[in-house]
Amino acid sequence: MRCLSKSIKRKKNDVKVKVKVKSKIVNKRVKSKANPPSTPSLNFVCDIDTLRTLIKKNKVRVVDVRKRDEYLKGHIKTAASLPLAELLSNDDPESIINILNNLGISDDTLVVIYDDTFGALASRVAWSFKFVGHRNVALLEVTYDNWKKLGLEIERKSNKYSKVSHSIDIDYSIFADAEYIENAQNDTNKIIIDSRERLNFLTEHIPNSKNIPYTMLRSENSILRNPSELKRFIENRGIDLNNEIITYCGSVGTLSGLAFFALKTAGISNVKLYPKSFKEWKSLGKPKTEFKDANYWDLSAE
Amino acid sequence: MLNTILLTLAKSIDYDVLSSAKNKELETNEKWGLAEESEYFANKVKLYRQDKLNADEFRRFRLQNGAYGSRLNSEFSMIRIKVPGGDITPTQLEKVASLSESFSIGSAHVSTRQNIQLHWVQLEDVSEVFRGLAEVGLTSREACGNTIRNVMCSHFAGVCPNEPFDTTPYAKAIARFFLRNPICQNLPRKFKFNFSCCPEHGYVRIADVGLVPTVRDGVRGFRVYLGGGLGAASFIGHLLEEFTPESRLLSTSIATIRLYDRLGNRENLARNRMRYLVSEIGWEKFQGLLLKERILVEATISIPTRKSYDGFLNTGDLNNISISSTSTKSKITLPVINSNSGDTPYTRWLNTNVVAQKQSGYYSVYITLGAGDITSSQLRIFAECIREFSLEKKARTTPQQNFLVRYIKADQLPKVFQKLSGNGLGNPGANTIVSTVGCSGTTSCNLAITNSHRLAKEIQSKFLELNVDLDKDFVDSSIKISGCPNSCGQHEVATIGFYGGATRIGTSMVPIYTMLFAGSTGENGELGKAIMRVPAKKVLDVVLKIFEHFKKERTGNEKLNEWIYKISNGNGPGEIKNVDDMKNLLLPIIELPAFSTAPDFYKDYGTDTNFVAKTARGECAA
Repeated sequence: MRCLSKSIKRKKNDVKVKVKVKSKIVNKRVKSKANPPSTPSLNFVCDIDTLRTLIKKNKVRVVDVRKRDEYLKGHIKTAASLPLAELLSNDDPESIINILNNLGISDDTLVVIYDDTFGALASRVAWSFKFVGHRNVALLEVTYDNWKKLGLEIERKSNKYSKVSHSIDIDYSIFADAEYIENAQNDTNKIIIDSRERLNFLTEHIPNSKNIPYTMLRSENSILRNPSELKRFIENRGIDLNNEIITYCGSVGTLSGLAFFALKTAGISNVKLYPKSFKEWKSLGKPKTEFKDANYWDLSAE
Repeated sequence: MLNTILLTLAKSIDYDVLSSAKNKELETNEKWGLAEESEYFANKVKLYRQDKLNADEFRRFRLQNGAYGSRLNSEFSMIRIKVPGGDITPTQLEKVASLSESFSIGSAHVSTRQNIQLHWVQLEDVSEVFRGLAEVGLTSREACGNTIRNVMCSHFAGVCPNEPFDTTPYAKAIARFFLRNPICQNLPRKFKFNFSCCPEHGYVRIADVGLVPTVRDGVRGFRVYLGGGLGAASFIGHLLEEFTPESRLLSTSIATIRLYDRLGNRENLARNRMRYLVSEIGWEKFQGLLLKERILVEATISIPTRKSYDGFLNTGDLNNISISSTSTKSKITLPVINSNSGDTPYTRWLNTNVVAQKQSGYYSVYITLGAGDITSSQLRIFAECIREFSLEKKARTTPQQNFLVRYIKADQLPKVFQKLSGNGLGNPGANTIVSTVGCSGTTSCNLAITNSHRLAKEIQSKFLELNVDLDKDFVDSSIKISGCPNSCGQHEVATIGFYGGATRIGTSMVPIYTMLFAGSTGENGELGKAIMRVPAKKVLDVVLKIFEHFKKERTGNEKLNEWIYKISNGNGPGEIKNVDDMKNLLLPIIELPAFSTAPDFYKDYGTDTNFVAKTARGECAA
């Protein structure tokens, strides 16, 4: 019964997502010269049914970013393994291109990424792919755990793909570093978003940043809420769709990576990620705002 | 004819299939929330942010809708979710869990007036919390501001062996009638109703209107107490008349509110609760005016008004499950399961957290929280537990900041314990001094001087570590702590109460608590008496010293609360006869070592910097 109601809910979502995908394709056709019209395009988030179809048609590279031993215990059919740590250990653009090449991802390969950490790890990898110039990358709308619970296709064999050669075209429009943040701090059109949980934010944050905890972004059955809901949240916050937003989190840009994709789906065109995040900011000795006038940690029942 | 029968049959089959009654939870609670209020709030926030709405006006609006400003940080709010009568369903608890996770801090907090509070919510997200609450029928409307606050009702109402009838439907009908009612949208100040189930359980003497159910000549009614309340100056409520029949409950309530609205002080924020009005004009005069006002109300009340209240009352009644109770004529004490089979975690829990109901074979189970705090994941487990084990499929919040789940069959108790204790919800000590009450204090409140919340948790952990729950001498005693004199922690009705302040010792500021003795709740409730001041970091030592002497000096089976009561009245049975003796005993303990040798004693709990008493404008009086 439970399963049934879930799949009904999912179908409802699918309809919305599909409509959105279609309209995006139309846009892309007009704007993009990189994609020939025959190649389907993915719009930030890929729903379950679309991925299953793509897998059947052998038109997608699925990337599993969980730890290697998790991957070996079982993964989505055809998925290749790329543990997040492997990407982070060397995430300069050339190394990322190297990773793409080794995964057999060429310029027009559709890529769908998943994890088991509510989409945060997948987001960080997807962002990196976008950063070096891979356009067609999306997050799977559910975690591996949910995929498995729904009884969908998994396998245990390790998948290897023949090496290809991906071009490099770095997209600095989605990237921010500490210096960029410093310049953005007093620019009213640029909004800095801290994606960590509320209590961490209250303790210390980059001056003038606003807090949208990653926990606000997900729904019960999906790593991201539906776009209209996310859009309403943004509007409540007085953020204009034309504002530029820079996201950061605690250390390596995972939680803020998820925020990056959430804001994109909500319709904000100019979103940047500060991948080195608050960890680097602090190590550089940059100023931070602390709030010490309340003992809010003592409210937590943990 | 046959067709009609077949049609009816078909319809009923249809109905069964569609409603899938077995899988769907019955919607047992009333709908308090309105979805449109969420959008309205979001718009007001935008206007305020665009400087199109002045700060004072916005503040009043915000409070009317149940969102307080957070401590020294106006970017954030505390949302106080009303739980009328303390009655809450699993679906509602699950919604609170997910709203806390998304917009608050991943924990919720049960208040001493049976509300559930979400702290540190970004002001711009408050409307989203409202939206979610309305989806499950909850509201925070009029949980703050100068309105009728959450209507309290004893968590035992309906299951208490000593109650003449279940007061829950009355509490809810009153709550429903006054919610959004134009006559109470702008009172001189806040206004509180508390219902009890019997003379023992309930906070009836410390509310603006306190009600104890009673039956006379077969007619249901109440003993109504007016003008009580805790605060910087506290009063015990006065009995209006020997018997107020249930038919006059509404007119008595309306008359009280009208009188207060008309005569209450609107100038002096510090003295505008109804209890000051009563004390200023004198009880006899107030009583006389009120009885006259009630006649006017009864003469002029419209039929639709009367009917709407009756409608609320009837719905409330229908929602109650009826299980025949063993009729009890004489007063009996609420029995506790007595198990002498050692002190396993299960038996410890059984002895202090499980209470027999008047419905034979059914039990109520307390969930002991730490100063009312519960995480989102614990809320979900708790919700499952209610669905699985409670016949009424609901729970109650309690003024001791715990939950009570009722209508559990005896053979289910081990399973209930297993489920709860596996998730940090199986702590014992609910009906003993272990279950310490603490308001939110400096964790979120503008008025707070000390971290009463953390202190309450520290005391509870220490007591659990010392197995205080195993000792029957501490049953029915309580420790309640407020972070300032304003009494949200209800320190004046505790066996041992504390309220926070600041003082200078040498050249350093120190967080300090005033200790009170022998307060109590119930129809014969009394206010505690101030004994002495105790530095925050010495509170535990002082309490343990009191325990030590209690054990030495009490007579017979005297319990802590009985011994403390005697001392506060100068009748101590041992060496400590009175309050002065007690002070002399404790004075050496409260002495602080020099700041240079032990700076920690000069700091408050939860802070590693030196203590500073910082407060901002309170919003209770807004």
